[in-house]
Amino acid sequence: MKIVVCVKFVPDTAIKIKISPNGKEIELADVAFVVNPYDEFAVEEALKIKEKLGGEVIVVGAGSEQATTGLRTCLAMGADSAILVRDPSLENADSFVIGTVLARVCRDLHPDLILFGKHAIGVDNGQVPSVVAELLDLPQASVVTKLDIQDTKFRAERDIEGAREIVEGCLPAVITAQKGLNVPRYASLKGIMAAKKKQIAVQALDSLGLSTEDLKPRISTEQITLPPSRPPGKVLKGEVSEVVPQLVKLLHEEAKII
Amino acid sequence: MAQGVLVFIEERDGKVKKTSLEVLSAARKLTNQIQEPVVAVRAGTGEPSVNLAHYGADKVFCAQHELLNAYSTESYCAAITQAARTVQPRIILSAASSMGRDLLPRVAARLGVGLAQDCIEARIVDDKQLECVRPIYAGKAYARVRLLMTPAVATLRPNVFSLGEPDTARNAELTTFTPELNAGQVRAAVRETQVSAGQRVELTEANIIVSGGRGMKGPENFPIVQQLADELGGAMGASRSAVDAGWIGHQHQVGQTGKTVSPTLYIACGISGAIQHLAGMSSSKYIVAINKDPEAPIFNVADYGIVGDLFEVVPALSLAIKNLKSS
Repeated sequence: MKIVVCVKFVPDTAIKIKISPNGKEIELADVAFVVNPYDEFAVEEALKIKEKLGGEVIVVGAGSEQATTGLRTCLAMGADSAILVRDPSLENADSFVIGTVLARVCRDLHPDLILFGKHAIGVDNGQVPSVVAELLDLPQASVVTKLDIQDTKFRAERDIEGAREIVEGCLPAVITAQKGLNVPRYASLKGIMAAKKKQIAVQALDSLGLSTEDLKPRISTEQITLPPSRPPGKVLKGEVSEVVPQLVKLLHEEAKII
Repeated sequence: MAQGVLVFIEERDGKVKKTSLEVLSAARKLTNQIQEPVVAVRAGTGEPSVNLAHYGADKVFCAQHELLNAYSTESYCAAITQAARTVQPRIILSAASSMGRDLLPRVAARLGVGLAQDCIEARIVDDKQLECVRPIYAGKAYARVRLLMTPAVATLRPNVFSLGEPDTARNAELTTFTPELNAGQVRAAVRETQVSAGQRVELTEANIIVSGGRGMKGPENFPIVQQLADELGGAMGASRSAVDAGWIGHQHQVGQTGKTVSPTLYIACGISGAIQHLAGMSSSKYIVAINKDPEAPIFNVADYGIVGDLFEVVPALSLAIKNLKSS
Protein backbone atom coordinates (compact mmCIF):
# COMPACT_ATOMS: atom_id res chain seq x y z
CA MET A 1 0.00 0.00 0.00
CA LYS A 2 1.51 3.28 -1.10
CA ILE A 3 0.19 6.16 0.95
CA VAL A 4 0.81 9.83 0.28
CA VAL A 5 0.11 12.30 3.08
CA CYS A 6 0.00 15.97 2.15
CA VAL A 7 1.14 18.16 5.02
CA LYS A 8 1.33 21.86 5.70
CA PHE A 9 3.53 23.67 8.17
CA VAL A 10 1.34 26.24 9.93
CA PRO A 11 1.51 28.88 12.69
CA ASP A 12 0.97 27.35 16.12
CA THR A 13 -2.61 27.55 17.47
CA ALA A 14 -1.47 29.58 20.49
CA ILE A 15 -0.28 32.57 18.45
CA LYS A 16 -1.72 36.03 18.78
CA ILE A 17 -2.55 37.50 15.42
CA LYS A 18 -0.70 40.56 14.17
CA ILE A 19 -1.64 42.06 10.84
CA SER A 20 1.06 43.35 8.51
CA PRO A 21 1.13 47.08 7.63
CA ASN A 22 -0.33 46.44 4.15
CA GLY A 23 -3.41 44.98 5.85
CA LYS A 24 -3.41 41.90 3.65
CA GLU A 25 -1.28 39.40 5.53
CA ILE A 26 -0.67 38.01 8.98
CA GLU A 27 2.77 38.80 10.41
CA LEU A 28 4.51 35.47 10.77
CA ALA A 29 8.12 36.50 11.27
CA ASP A 30 8.47 35.61 14.96
CA VAL A 31 5.86 32.91 15.09
CA ALA A 32 6.40 29.25 15.98
CA PHE A 33 5.30 26.83 13.27
CA VAL A 34 3.96 23.31 13.71
CA VAL A 35 2.73 20.52 11.49
CA ASN A 36 -0.94 21.30 10.91
CA PRO A 37 -2.65 19.39 13.77
CA TYR A 38 -5.15 17.74 11.40
CA ASP A 39 -2.28 16.59 9.17
CA GLU A 40 -0.76 14.84 12.19
CA PHE A 41 -3.88 12.68 12.37
CA ALA A 42 -3.41 11.90 8.67
CA VAL A 43 0.26 10.95 9.14
CA GLU A 44 -0.59 8.77 12.16
CA GLU A 45 -3.33 7.00 10.20
CA ALA A 46 -0.96 6.36 7.31
CA LEU A 47 1.62 4.88 9.66
CA LYS A 48 -1.00 2.64 11.29
CA ILE A 49 -2.18 1.38 7.90
CA LYS A 50 1.41 0.71 6.88
CA GLU A 51 2.06 -1.19 10.11
CA LYS A 52 -0.96 -3.36 9.39
CA LEU A 53 -0.76 -3.83 5.64
CA GLY A 54 2.83 -2.99 4.74
CA GLY A 55 3.86 -0.48 2.13
CA GLU A 56 5.30 2.99 2.29
CA VAL A 57 4.34 6.43 3.51
CA ILE A 58 5.43 9.49 1.56
CA VAL A 59 4.79 12.98 2.93
CA VAL A 60 4.41 15.82 0.46
CA GLY A 61 4.50 19.53 1.11
CA ALA A 62 4.40 22.73 -0.93
CA GLY A 63 5.91 25.94 0.35
CA SER A 64 9.12 27.68 1.25
CA GLU A 65 12.32 26.20 2.68
CA GLN A 66 10.95 26.28 6.24
CA ALA A 67 8.37 23.61 5.33
CA THR A 68 11.24 21.09 5.44
CA THR A 69 11.14 21.34 9.25
CA GLY A 70 7.54 20.13 9.19
CA LEU A 71 8.33 17.33 6.77
CA ARG A 72 11.28 16.31 8.96
CA THR A 73 8.86 15.99 11.91
CA CYS A 74 6.70 13.63 9.85
CA LEU A 75 9.77 11.59 8.90
CA ALA A 76 10.66 11.37 12.59
CA MET A 77 7.16 10.03 13.30
CA GLY A 78 7.93 7.24 10.84
CA ALA A 79 7.17 8.36 7.29
CA ASP A 80 9.59 6.83 4.78
CA SER A 81 10.36 9.76 2.54
CA ALA A 82 9.32 13.30 1.78
CA ILE A 83 8.88 15.57 -1.19
CA LEU A 84 8.81 19.34 -1.04
CA VAL A 85 7.75 21.51 -3.92
CA ARG A 86 9.79 24.50 -2.92
CA ASP A 87 8.84 27.96 -4.01
CA PRO A 88 8.27 31.01 -1.83
CA SER A 89 5.27 31.99 -3.98
CA LEU A 90 3.44 28.93 -2.68
CA GLU A 91 3.29 30.34 0.86
CA ASN A 92 0.54 32.74 -0.17
CA ALA A 93 -0.92 30.79 -3.09
CA ASP A 94 -4.65 30.04 -2.95
CA SER A 95 -6.15 26.60 -2.33
CA PHE A 96 -6.73 25.87 -6.01
CA VAL A 97 -3.11 26.51 -6.93
CA ILE A 98 -1.79 24.44 -4.01
CA GLY A 99 -4.17 21.63 -4.95
CA THR A 100 -2.97 21.75 -8.54
CA VAL A 101 0.67 21.51 -7.45
CA LEU A 102 0.02 18.63 -5.02
CA ALA A 103 -2.10 16.77 -7.60
CA ARG A 104 0.80 16.90 -10.04
CA VAL A 105 3.20 15.43 -7.49
CA CYS A 106 0.69 12.77 -6.40
CA ARG A 107 -0.07 11.77 -9.98
CA ASP A 108 3.49 10.68 -10.60
CA LEU A 109 3.61 8.67 -7.35
CA HIS A 110 0.59 6.48 -8.22
CA PRO A 111 -0.56 6.15 -4.61
CA ASP A 112 -3.28 3.79 -3.37
CA LEU A 113 -4.40 6.34 -0.82
CA ILE A 114 -3.93 10.09 -0.38
CA LEU A 115 -4.50 11.49 3.08
CA PHE A 116 -4.89 15.09 4.21
CA GLY A 117 -5.92 16.89 7.38
CA LYS A 118 -9.50 18.14 7.05
CA HIS A 119 -8.16 21.66 6.58
CA ALA A 120 -5.05 23.67 7.34
CA ILE A 121 -5.54 25.74 10.45
CA GLY A 122 -5.08 29.37 9.60
CA VAL A 123 -6.53 29.45 6.11
CA ASP A 124 -9.39 27.19 7.25
CA ASN A 125 -10.65 26.71 3.69
CA GLY A 126 -10.56 22.94 3.16
CA GLN A 127 -10.53 23.07 -0.64
CA VAL A 128 -7.12 21.56 -1.39
CA PRO A 129 -8.03 17.86 -0.91
CA SER A 130 -11.03 18.19 -3.25
CA VAL A 131 -8.89 19.85 -5.91
CA VAL A 132 -6.46 16.95 -5.75
CA ALA A 133 -9.30 14.40 -5.86
CA GLU A 134 -10.92 16.17 -8.79
CA LEU A 135 -7.75 16.62 -10.85
CA LEU A 136 -6.77 12.98 -10.32
CA ASP A 137 -10.36 11.81 -10.82
CA LEU A 138 -10.54 10.03 -7.45
CA PRO A 139 -13.37 9.49 -4.97
CA GLN A 140 -13.19 11.37 -1.68
CA ALA A 141 -14.35 11.17 1.91
CA SER A 142 -13.82 14.19 4.13
CA VAL A 143 -13.63 14.94 7.86
CA VAL A 144 -13.21 11.29 8.78
CA THR A 145 -13.06 9.97 12.36
CA LYS A 146 -12.61 6.27 11.57
CA LEU A 147 -11.07 4.55 8.59
CA ASP A 148 -10.86 0.90 7.62
CA ILE A 149 -9.01 -0.34 4.56
CA GLN A 150 -9.79 -3.74 3.10
CA ASP A 151 -8.05 -4.74 -0.11
CA THR A 152 -9.06 -2.05 -2.58
CA LYS A 153 -12.00 -0.75 -0.56
CA PHE A 154 -12.36 1.74 2.26
CA ARG A 155 -15.00 2.37 4.89
CA ALA A 156 -14.94 5.74 6.63
CA GLU A 157 -17.02 7.31 9.35
CA ARG A 158 -17.71 11.02 9.43
CA ASP A 159 -19.60 13.09 11.97
CA ILE A 160 -22.32 15.24 10.47
CA GLU A 161 -24.99 17.39 12.15
CA GLY A 162 -26.47 15.15 14.86
CA ALA A 163 -25.48 11.91 13.14
CA ARG A 164 -22.67 9.81 11.77
CA GLU A 165 -22.28 8.86 8.13
CA ILE A 166 -20.65 5.68 6.91
CA VAL A 167 -18.99 6.25 3.55
CA GLU A 168 -17.82 3.29 1.50
CA GLY A 169 -15.73 3.48 -1.59
CA CYS A 170 -12.91 2.21 -3.74
CA LEU A 171 -9.21 2.95 -3.63
CA PRO A 172 -7.34 4.92 -4.70
CA ALA A 173 -9.13 7.70 -2.86
CA VAL A 174 -8.57 11.02 -1.13
CA ILE A 175 -9.50 11.00 2.55
CA THR A 176 -9.26 13.86 5.05
CA ALA A 177 -8.66 13.40 8.78
CA GLN A 178 -10.62 14.90 11.65
CA LYS A 179 -9.73 14.93 15.32
CA GLY A 180 -10.86 11.65 16.85
CA LEU A 181 -9.41 9.51 14.07
CA ASN A 182 -6.45 8.54 16.25
CA VAL A 183 -3.91 9.91 18.69
CA PRO A 184 -0.76 10.96 16.82
CA ARG A 185 2.45 9.46 18.16
CA TYR A 186 5.35 11.56 19.31
CA ALA A 187 8.54 11.11 17.40
CA SER A 188 10.88 8.87 19.38
CA LEU A 189 14.55 9.74 19.79
CA LYS A 190 15.33 6.87 17.47
CA GLY A 191 12.83 8.23 14.98
CA ILE A 192 14.38 11.70 15.16
CA MET A 193 17.84 10.24 14.52
CA ALA A 194 16.55 8.10 11.66
CA ALA A 195 14.77 11.10 10.12
CA LYS A 196 18.08 12.90 9.72
CA LYS A 197 19.18 10.24 7.25
CA LYS A 198 15.92 10.18 5.29
CA GLN A 199 15.60 11.98 1.99
CA ILE A 200 13.58 15.11 1.42
CA ALA A 201 13.41 15.41 -2.34
CA VAL A 202 13.09 19.02 -3.36
CA GLN A 203 11.31 19.86 -6.58
CA ALA A 204 11.22 23.29 -8.16
CA LEU A 205 7.77 24.59 -9.01
CA ASP A 206 8.74 25.21 -12.63
CA SER A 207 9.89 21.60 -13.02
CA LEU A 208 6.30 20.37 -12.66
CA GLY A 209 5.22 21.50 -16.11
CA LEU A 210 2.23 23.49 -14.89
CA SER A 211 0.82 26.22 -17.12
CA THR A 212 0.22 29.86 -16.20
CA GLU A 213 -3.49 29.05 -16.32
CA ASP A 214 -2.95 26.28 -13.72
CA LEU A 215 -1.15 28.70 -11.42
CA LYS A 216 -3.46 31.67 -11.93
CA PRO A 217 -4.95 32.86 -8.62
CA ARG A 218 -8.67 32.19 -8.23
CA ILE A 219 -9.15 34.30 -5.16
CA SER A 220 -7.56 37.46 -3.81
CA THR A 221 -7.30 38.69 -0.25
CA GLU A 222 -8.38 42.33 -0.14
CA GLN A 223 -7.98 42.97 3.55
CA ILE A 224 -7.40 41.21 6.85
CA THR A 225 -8.86 42.72 10.00
CA LEU A 226 -9.13 41.74 13.62
CA PRO A 227 -12.63 40.73 14.68
CA PRO A 228 -14.61 43.64 16.13
CA SER A 229 -13.78 43.94 19.82
CA ARG A 230 -16.61 43.26 22.19
CA PRO A 231 -17.93 45.99 24.46
CA PRO A 232 -17.07 45.48 28.15
CA GLY A 233 -19.53 43.21 29.87
CA LYS A 234 -21.23 43.21 33.24
CA VAL A 235 -19.70 41.12 35.97
CA LEU A 236 -22.19 40.04 38.61
CA LYS A 237 -20.89 39.58 42.11
CA GLY A 238 -22.56 38.29 45.21
CA GLU A 239 -24.37 35.23 46.54
CA VAL A 240 -25.58 32.61 44.06
CA SER A 241 -29.13 33.33 45.21
CA GLU A 242 -28.68 36.94 44.07
CA VAL A 243 -26.56 36.72 40.92
CA VAL A 244 -28.44 33.89 39.21
CA PRO A 245 -31.80 35.72 39.18
CA GLN A 246 -29.96 38.85 37.98
CA LEU A 247 -28.44 36.91 35.09
CA VAL A 248 -31.75 35.33 34.14
CA LYS A 249 -33.35 38.79 34.19
CA LEU A 250 -30.63 40.20 31.90
CA LEU A 251 -30.93 37.30 29.47
CA HIS A 252 -34.70 37.59 29.50
CA GLU A 253 -35.18 41.36 29.42
CA GLU A 254 -32.00 42.89 28.01
CA ALA A 255 -30.69 40.23 25.63
CA LYS A 256 -34.20 38.77 25.09
CA ILE A 257 -32.83 35.30 24.43
CA ILE A 258 -34.80 33.35 26.99
CA MET B 1 -23.26 35.76 -20.07
CA ALA B 2 -23.29 34.50 -16.51
CA GLN B 3 -26.04 35.77 -14.30
CA GLY B 4 -27.88 35.01 -11.11
CA VAL B 5 -27.15 32.81 -8.13
CA LEU B 6 -27.43 29.03 -7.97
CA VAL B 7 -28.17 27.79 -4.44
CA PHE B 8 -27.69 24.17 -3.44
CA ILE B 9 -30.57 23.06 -1.23
CA GLU B 10 -29.72 20.37 1.29
CA GLU B 11 -32.35 17.99 2.52
CA ARG B 12 -32.19 15.42 5.29
CA ASP B 13 -34.94 12.82 5.63
CA GLY B 14 -36.91 14.68 2.98
CA LYS B 15 -36.81 17.97 4.89
CA VAL B 16 -35.17 21.13 3.60
CA LYS B 17 -32.52 22.27 6.08
CA LYS B 18 -33.04 25.66 7.69
CA THR B 19 -29.44 26.53 6.88
CA SER B 20 -30.24 26.18 3.17
CA LEU B 21 -33.13 28.63 3.56
CA GLU B 22 -30.72 31.08 5.19
CA VAL B 23 -28.55 30.81 2.09
CA LEU B 24 -31.55 31.27 -0.18
CA SER B 25 -32.50 34.43 1.73
CA ALA B 26 -28.93 35.69 1.44
CA ALA B 27 -28.92 34.94 -2.31
CA ARG B 28 -32.16 36.88 -2.71
CA LYS B 29 -30.62 39.92 -1.04
CA LEU B 30 -27.55 39.67 -3.27
CA THR B 31 -29.57 39.43 -6.46
CA ASN B 32 -32.03 42.18 -5.54
CA GLN B 33 -29.03 44.45 -5.80
CA ILE B 34 -28.29 43.38 -9.39
CA GLN B 35 -31.78 42.33 -10.56
CA GLU B 36 -30.88 38.75 -11.42
CA PRO B 37 -32.59 35.43 -10.69
CA VAL B 38 -32.05 32.97 -7.85
CA VAL B 39 -32.15 29.34 -8.92
CA ALA B 40 -32.36 26.57 -6.33
CA VAL B 41 -30.96 23.13 -7.15
CA ARG B 42 -31.72 20.02 -5.14
CA ALA B 43 -31.42 16.26 -5.40
CA GLY B 44 -34.85 14.69 -5.42
CA THR B 45 -38.16 14.95 -7.12
CA GLY B 46 -41.60 16.19 -6.16
CA GLU B 47 -42.36 19.27 -4.12
CA PRO B 48 -39.71 20.14 -1.56
CA SER B 49 -40.89 20.22 2.08
CA VAL B 50 -40.70 24.02 2.05
CA ASN B 51 -41.86 26.26 -0.77
CA LEU B 52 -38.48 27.57 -1.84
CA ALA B 53 -40.06 30.47 -3.73
CA HIS B 54 -41.16 31.95 -0.40
CA TYR B 55 -37.52 32.32 0.60
CA GLY B 56 -36.38 33.79 -2.69
CA ALA B 57 -36.08 31.12 -5.39
CA ASP B 58 -37.27 32.11 -8.87
CA LYS B 59 -36.72 28.64 -10.26
CA VAL B 60 -36.16 25.22 -8.69
CA PHE B 61 -34.15 22.54 -10.46
CA CYS B 62 -34.81 19.03 -9.16
CA ALA B 63 -32.16 16.49 -10.10
CA GLN B 64 -33.61 13.04 -10.58
CA HIS B 65 -31.35 9.98 -10.64
CA GLU B 66 -31.07 6.80 -8.61
CA LEU B 67 -27.42 7.59 -7.92
CA LEU B 68 -28.58 10.66 -5.98
CA ASN B 69 -30.63 8.65 -3.48
CA ALA B 70 -27.64 8.34 -1.16
CA TYR B 71 -25.23 11.25 -0.76
CA SER B 72 -22.05 10.91 -2.77
CA THR B 73 -19.68 13.81 -3.36
CA GLU B 74 -19.23 12.60 -6.91
CA SER B 75 -22.90 12.19 -7.91
CA TYR B 76 -24.01 15.41 -6.23
CA CYS B 77 -21.10 17.27 -7.79
CA ALA B 78 -22.13 15.96 -11.21
CA ALA B 79 -25.74 17.09 -10.67
CA ILE B 80 -24.79 20.58 -9.50
CA THR B 81 -22.16 21.24 -12.15
CA GLN B 82 -24.58 20.09 -14.84
CA ALA B 83 -27.26 22.43 -13.45
CA ALA B 84 -24.62 25.15 -13.44
CA ARG B 85 -23.90 24.50 -17.11
CA THR B 86 -27.57 25.14 -17.91
CA VAL B 87 -28.08 28.08 -15.56
CA GLN B 88 -24.67 29.74 -16.15
CA PRO B 89 -24.78 31.41 -12.73
CA ARG B 90 -22.55 34.23 -11.60
CA ILE B 91 -22.39 32.71 -8.12
CA ILE B 92 -22.93 29.26 -6.56
CA LEU B 93 -23.77 29.10 -2.85
CA SER B 94 -24.47 26.51 -0.19
CA ALA B 95 -24.59 26.39 3.58
CA ALA B 96 -21.25 25.60 5.22
CA SER B 97 -22.79 22.41 6.64
CA SER B 98 -21.03 19.04 6.70
CA MET B 99 -22.47 18.34 3.26
CA GLY B 100 -21.83 21.81 1.85
CA ARG B 101 -18.26 21.84 3.08
CA ASP B 102 -17.68 18.47 1.42
CA LEU B 103 -19.51 19.18 -1.81
CA LEU B 104 -18.77 22.77 -2.82
CA PRO B 105 -14.97 22.35 -2.84
CA ARG B 106 -15.41 19.56 -5.35
CA VAL B 107 -17.87 21.62 -7.39
CA ALA B 108 -15.43 24.53 -7.45
CA ALA B 109 -12.58 22.20 -8.40
CA ARG B 110 -14.58 20.70 -11.27
CA LEU B 111 -15.38 24.17 -12.58
CA GLY B 112 -11.74 25.21 -12.16
CA VAL B 113 -12.60 28.13 -9.90
CA GLY B 114 -11.85 29.29 -6.37
CA LEU B 115 -13.90 28.84 -3.24
CA ALA B 116 -14.53 30.83 -0.09
CA GLN B 117 -15.64 28.57 2.76
CA ASP B 118 -17.67 29.48 5.81
CA CYS B 119 -18.36 33.11 4.93
CA ILE B 120 -20.02 35.44 7.42
CA GLU B 121 -20.67 38.25 4.93
CA ALA B 122 -21.23 38.27 1.19
CA ARG B 123 -21.76 41.17 -1.14
CA ILE B 124 -21.52 41.98 -4.80
CA VAL B 125 -18.99 44.67 -5.53
CA ASP B 126 -18.90 47.22 -8.34
CA ASP B 127 -17.78 44.95 -11.18
CA LYS B 128 -20.32 42.30 -10.08
CA GLN B 129 -17.69 40.14 -8.44
CA LEU B 130 -18.49 38.35 -5.20
CA GLU B 131 -16.68 39.62 -2.15
CA CYS B 132 -16.92 37.67 1.10
CA VAL B 133 -15.70 38.02 4.63
CA ARG B 134 -14.55 34.78 6.17
CA PRO B 135 -12.97 34.05 9.52
CA ILE B 136 -9.40 32.77 9.33
CA TYR B 137 -7.30 31.33 12.15
CA ALA B 138 -10.63 30.01 13.48
CA GLY B 139 -11.90 33.53 13.97
CA LYS B 140 -8.83 35.27 15.33
CA ALA B 141 -8.94 37.40 12.19
CA TYR B 142 -11.34 38.10 9.33
CA ALA B 143 -10.26 38.02 5.69
CA ARG B 144 -12.14 39.98 3.05
CA VAL B 145 -11.64 38.02 -0.14
CA ARG B 146 -12.70 38.48 -3.71
CA LEU B 147 -13.52 35.58 -6.01
CA LEU B 148 -11.81 36.30 -9.28
CA MET B 149 -13.36 33.65 -11.53
CA THR B 150 -16.89 32.95 -12.69
CA PRO B 151 -18.80 31.32 -11.19
CA ALA B 152 -17.79 32.42 -7.71
CA VAL B 153 -18.34 29.55 -5.28
CA ALA B 154 -18.88 30.07 -1.55
CA THR B 155 -20.37 28.40 1.50
CA LEU B 156 -22.12 30.50 4.14
CA ARG B 157 -21.81 29.86 7.86
CA PRO B 158 -25.01 28.60 9.51
CA ASN B 159 -26.78 30.92 11.96
CA VAL B 160 -25.16 34.08 10.62
CA PHE B 161 -27.33 35.09 7.64
CA SER B 162 -30.82 35.93 8.78
CA LEU B 163 -33.74 34.00 7.44
CA GLY B 164 -35.97 36.47 5.62
CA GLU B 165 -39.71 36.58 6.29
CA PRO B 166 -41.29 34.11 3.85
CA ASP B 167 -43.00 35.92 1.00
CA THR B 168 -45.99 33.67 0.37
CA ALA B 169 -47.02 35.59 -2.72
CA ARG B 170 -43.99 34.35 -4.65
CA ASN B 171 -43.99 31.36 -6.97
CA ALA B 172 -41.23 29.42 -8.63
CA GLU B 173 -41.21 27.13 -11.60
CA LEU B 174 -40.18 23.54 -10.75
CA THR B 175 -38.08 21.78 -13.40
CA THR B 176 -36.95 18.17 -13.15
CA PHE B 177 -33.77 17.15 -14.91
CA THR B 178 -31.80 13.91 -15.14
CA PRO B 179 -28.09 14.47 -14.81
CA GLU B 180 -25.78 12.38 -16.94
CA LEU B 181 -24.40 9.93 -14.45
CA ASN B 182 -23.31 6.31 -14.44
CA ALA B 183 -22.37 3.97 -11.62
CA GLY B 184 -18.71 4.04 -12.67
CA GLN B 185 -18.52 7.73 -11.78
CA VAL B 186 -19.72 7.12 -8.22
CA ARG B 187 -16.91 5.32 -6.46
CA ALA B 188 -17.71 6.44 -2.91
CA ALA B 189 -21.09 7.06 -1.31
CA VAL B 190 -22.85 7.19 2.05
CA ARG B 191 -24.03 3.67 2.88
CA GLU B 192 -25.56 4.36 6.24
CA THR B 193 -26.46 7.25 8.53
CA GLN B 194 -26.48 6.56 12.25
CA VAL B 195 -28.31 9.11 14.35
CA SER B 196 -26.21 9.73 17.43
CA ALA B 197 -28.07 9.52 20.70
CA GLY B 198 -25.76 11.77 22.70
CA GLN B 199 -25.99 15.11 20.97
CA ARG B 200 -29.58 16.21 20.55
CA VAL B 201 -28.76 19.57 19.00
CA GLU B 202 -25.81 20.01 16.65
CA LEU B 203 -23.22 22.50 17.88
CA THR B 204 -22.70 24.38 14.64
CA GLU B 205 -26.45 24.85 14.15
CA ALA B 206 -27.35 25.51 17.79
CA ASN B 207 -28.86 28.80 18.81
CA ILE B 208 -27.69 28.29 22.38
CA ILE B 209 -24.54 26.47 23.53
CA VAL B 210 -23.48 25.61 27.06
CA SER B 211 -19.84 24.54 27.30
CA GLY B 212 -17.73 23.05 30.06
CA GLY B 213 -13.98 23.36 30.52
CA ARG B 214 -11.22 22.34 32.86
CA GLY B 215 -13.20 23.76 35.78
CA MET B 216 -15.65 20.85 35.39
CA LYS B 217 -13.01 18.74 37.17
CA GLY B 218 -14.10 15.44 35.62
CA PRO B 219 -16.46 13.62 33.25
CA GLU B 220 -18.93 12.89 36.05
CA ASN B 221 -19.84 16.58 36.26
CA PHE B 222 -20.80 17.16 32.63
CA PRO B 223 -24.46 16.22 33.24
CA ILE B 224 -25.00 19.60 34.94
CA VAL B 225 -23.86 21.32 31.73
CA GLN B 226 -26.05 19.01 29.63
CA GLN B 227 -28.99 19.74 31.92
CA LEU B 228 -28.62 23.49 31.44
CA ALA B 229 -28.25 22.98 27.67
CA ASP B 230 -31.41 20.85 27.64
CA GLU B 231 -33.30 23.41 29.71
CA LEU B 232 -32.38 26.05 27.11
CA GLY B 233 -32.96 23.77 24.12
CA GLY B 234 -29.29 24.12 23.22
CA ALA B 235 -26.23 22.02 22.55
CA MET B 236 -23.37 21.04 24.83
CA GLY B 237 -19.85 22.14 24.01
CA ALA B 238 -16.46 21.76 25.65
CA SER B 239 -13.01 23.27 25.70
CA ARG B 240 -9.97 21.50 24.30
CA SER B 241 -8.57 20.73 27.75
CA ALA B 242 -11.79 18.92 28.73
CA VAL B 243 -11.72 16.95 25.47
CA ASP B 244 -8.02 16.15 25.67
CA ALA B 245 -8.48 14.97 29.27
CA GLY B 246 -10.98 12.45 27.89
CA TRP B 247 -13.92 13.88 29.86
CA ILE B 248 -16.09 14.39 26.81
CA GLY B 249 -16.07 13.42 23.10
CA HIS B 250 -14.16 15.50 20.55
CA GLN B 251 -17.36 16.23 18.62
CA HIS B 252 -18.19 18.68 21.43
CA GLN B 253 -14.97 20.66 21.13
CA VAL B 254 -15.25 24.36 20.40
CA GLY B 255 -12.15 26.25 19.30
CA GLN B 256 -9.38 26.29 16.76
CA THR B 257 -8.98 22.51 16.52
CA GLY B 258 -12.67 21.93 17.13
CA LYS B 259 -15.79 23.63 15.85
CA THR B 260 -16.23 27.32 15.25
CA VAL B 261 -19.65 28.41 16.43
CA SER B 262 -21.79 31.53 16.28
CA PRO B 263 -24.82 30.93 18.49
CA THR B 264 -27.06 33.65 19.90
CA LEU B 265 -26.04 32.65 23.42
CA TYR B 266 -22.83 30.94 24.53
CA ILE B 267 -22.47 30.01 28.20
CA ALA B 268 -18.91 29.09 29.20
CA CYS B 269 -18.73 27.14 32.46
CA GLY B 270 -15.32 26.71 34.04
CA ILE B 271 -13.55 27.78 30.84
CA SER B 272 -10.63 30.13 31.35
CA GLY B 273 -10.67 31.35 27.75
CA ALA B 274 -7.47 30.19 26.06
CA ILE B 275 -6.91 32.08 22.81
CA GLN B 276 -7.71 29.03 20.71
CA HIS B 277 -11.05 28.59 22.49
CA LEU B 278 -11.95 32.28 22.19
CA ALA B 279 -11.24 32.03 18.47
CA GLY B 280 -13.97 29.44 18.08
CA MET B 281 -16.76 31.21 19.95
CA SER B 282 -16.13 34.94 20.20
CA SER B 283 -18.48 35.69 17.30
CA SER B 284 -21.39 34.50 19.47
CA LYS B 285 -24.01 37.20 19.92
CA TYR B 286 -24.11 37.01 23.72
CA ILE B 287 -21.49 35.36 25.90
CA VAL B 288 -21.98 34.40 29.53
CA ALA B 289 -18.97 33.34 31.59
CA ILE B 290 -19.17 31.43 34.84
CA ASN B 291 -15.76 31.04 36.44
CA LYS B 292 -14.35 31.24 39.91
CA ASP B 293 -11.23 33.10 38.75
CA PRO B 294 -12.12 36.80 38.26
CA GLU B 295 -8.93 37.23 36.19
CA ALA B 296 -9.87 34.54 33.63
CA PRO B 297 -9.58 35.94 30.06
CA ILE B 298 -13.07 34.63 29.25
CA PHE B 299 -14.45 37.62 31.18
CA ASN B 300 -12.87 39.96 28.61
CA VAL B 301 -15.25 38.72 25.93
CA ALA B 302 -18.26 38.02 28.15
CA ASP B 303 -21.35 40.22 28.05
CA TYR B 304 -22.38 38.85 31.43
CA GLY B 305 -20.07 37.20 33.90
CA ILE B 306 -20.58 35.48 37.21
CA VAL B 307 -17.53 35.05 39.40
CA GLY B 308 -18.40 32.00 41.41
CA ASP B 309 -18.46 28.25 41.85
CA LEU B 310 -19.95 26.70 38.73
CA PHE B 311 -21.13 23.69 40.73
CA GLU B 312 -23.50 26.01 42.57
CA VAL B 313 -24.23 28.52 39.81
CA VAL B 314 -24.99 26.16 36.92
CA PRO B 315 -27.64 24.00 38.68
CA ALA B 316 -29.20 27.17 40.16
CA LEU B 317 -29.33 28.67 36.66
CA SER B 318 -30.99 25.51 35.26
CA LEU B 319 -33.61 25.72 37.99
CA ALA B 320 -34.20 29.45 37.50
CA ILE B 321 -34.71 28.95 33.76
CA LYS B 322 -37.04 26.05 34.34
CA ASN B 323 -39.08 28.24 36.71
CA LEU B 324 -39.10 31.12 34.23
CA LYS B 325 -40.39 28.84 31.48
CA SER B 326 -43.17 27.44 33.62
CA SER B 327 -44.28 30.86 34.85
